[in-house]
Amino acid sequence: MFITPTGEEVFVIDGHTHFWDGSPANQLNIHGKQFIDCFYAYHTSLSPKDKLWPKDQFEKYSAEQMYRDLFVDGPDDMAIVQSTYLAEFYKSGFNTIDRNAEMAKKYKDRFIVNGAFDPRDGERALEYIHYMKETFGIKGVKLYTAEWKGESRGWKLTDPNAYRCFELCQKLGITNIHVHKGPTIIPLDKDAFDVHDVDHAATDFQGLNFIIEHCGLPRLDDFCWIAVQETNVYGGLAVALPFIHGRPRYFAEVISELLFWVGEDKILFGSDYAIWTPRWLVEKFWNFELPEDLKQEHGVDLTPQAKKKILGLNAARLYGVDVEAQKAKLAKGAYATAAG
Amino acid sequence: MNAPLLKHDRRTSEVWQRLALVTDPELDESVTDLGFVEHVTVGDDGDVDIVFRLPTYWCSANFAFLMADDMRRAVSSLPWVREARPQLRDHMVADEINRGVREGRSFADALREFAPAGSLDELRDKFRRKAFERRQEIMILALRGLGYEDPEICRMSLHSFDEVEFASPDVARQKPRYRELLIEVGLACLPEDRAFVAYEGAPIRRHELASYLQRLRGVRINMEFNSSLCRGLLAVRNREFADGSPGRTPSPCGGCGSRCAAPSGST
Repeated sequence: MFITPTGEEVFVIDGHTHFWDGSPANQLNIHGKQFIDCFYAYHTSLSPKDKLWPKDQFEKYSAEQMYRDLFVDGPDDMAIVQSTYLAEFYKSGFNTIDRNAEMAKKYKDRFIVNGAFDPRDGERALEYIHYMKETFGIKGVKLYTAEWKGESRGWKLTDPNAYRCFELCQKLGITNIHVHKGPTIIPLDKDAFDVHDVDHAATDFQGLNFIIEHCGLPRLDDFCWIAVQETNVYGGLAVALPFIHGRPRYFAEVISELLFWVGEDKILFGSDYAIWTPRWLVEKFWNFELPEDLKQEHGVDLTPQAKKKILGLNAARLYGVDVEAQKAKLAKGAYATAAG
Repeated sequence: MNAPLLKHDRRTSEVWQRLALVTDPELDESVTDLGFVEHVTVGDDGDVDIVFRLPTYWCSANFAFLMADDMRRAVSSLPWVREARPQLRDHMVADEINRGVREGRSFADALREFAPAGSLDELRDKFRRKAFERRQEIMILALRGLGYEDPEICRMSLHSFDEVEFASPDVARQKPRYRELLIEVGLACLPEDRAFVAYEGAPIRRHELASYLQRLRGVRINMEFNSSLCRGLLAVRNREFADGSPGRTPSPCGGCGSRCAAPSGST
């Protein structure tokens, strides 16, 4: 729960978190080392100085620490924990659903565990979707279209195999499709994170929501264009939000574009933990005001109501979380913990 | 007086001057200002080795190839240079790029496994367009800031544009860079030519300027995202290489964004 300076309670769902193991012991090759090194460079270059972690802690952290950073020291009420396999880089995967679910089990009512699949697996991808639904009851997945696999350097949401997976997701009620469309961490072909495939998939699968993580940056204009056309396309703020610290004017420009094109009902907060911790992000976001010139130019404002939607209410709607009931549950849990 | 040494220094400095003209296509900044070039070695026989490093191991392969190729071209144009050999370090496909550029192969040929879409020339043109639009936006906004009305800007001649003086150092720095592209692309050459046209050469109508600027802002937001990340990542990387112990302890500087990244590479 985030308490505003005026004492108001704001319900926070962190839409994008990870519980990874990027430690040297789990690295399969130089790519595994370079991947976590690159994340660490993101962490060091965009975090406030006093929020920096030592490298070894960043490579692998405990479930207890994650719980503390998000819910005790941090303002999150709930967090969506995403799965990313990167099986070609890490011996037992970077953050698999099994690792995530194991962690989530310890902290009742806190985590929404999302799965992942790779349509290039063909039949096995379909079986895996069934398995994740039956075993973990997933409501969403995180897809990584730029992931390497054998000779392949990426895939598209419009691939026939991907469409078969989406048909199944729609049928099973796995309705939230988070897609990483962001900075080219893995470069491959420059088009691997191109956002245009979202347009077609979103049109063809009206029963699914497509949450575009990182808002397609650095292809924000393409993303905005698609989000205007498609009612089921959302934007995740992970990676865009940390600019609020080092380059607030730049963040203001990005959020103004998003508010204008995409609208406050379709933007989701995400810390991208453990690249960044949520507390400073939420505090700065709540205190952030759009500069007057941008307000006037775009005719938009980042009102307290818009902030509440972005911080939690939008994700609650997508994941069917009854905010009042959830608050009561968590309050009871906290009381039980305190008493026990 | 040591004549050979002087000659050597002069040649080294000529190489650096040529390298300064090569830009990172995504950031539209010189590779030397960005601190990508680590050192230059000039041999007595006219061979030049250029060692450079990008912000991350994952930086886009086609951009890396483009920069290496541009460095080779820029330095080879010096009359005394026999062979210019750019050497990219610590990159996912460093070997393929170094070999490909040296052997004068095409990007598609050198990095077949990446199945690149389109040719390097197409990519060059795409980024020249972005650079043009970014520089143009800076100039138009600066003119508006000086009180010029939209119709005046839309019909401003190259001659009148040349007369305008900008106080802001950043705008003053971008003015010749914008002008240079106007000429290079063939959009304005004579004093009476319009100074502000779209990249395809069409004039910008005064009632369209606002929406035109909106699009330019989109281009800038995307480019700034990359440049902020890249500079931040490069600063981290340079610190790591300077330490010799990659980031085992929190680094002394954080959250620098683009402004405080030390581009010299000498930290």
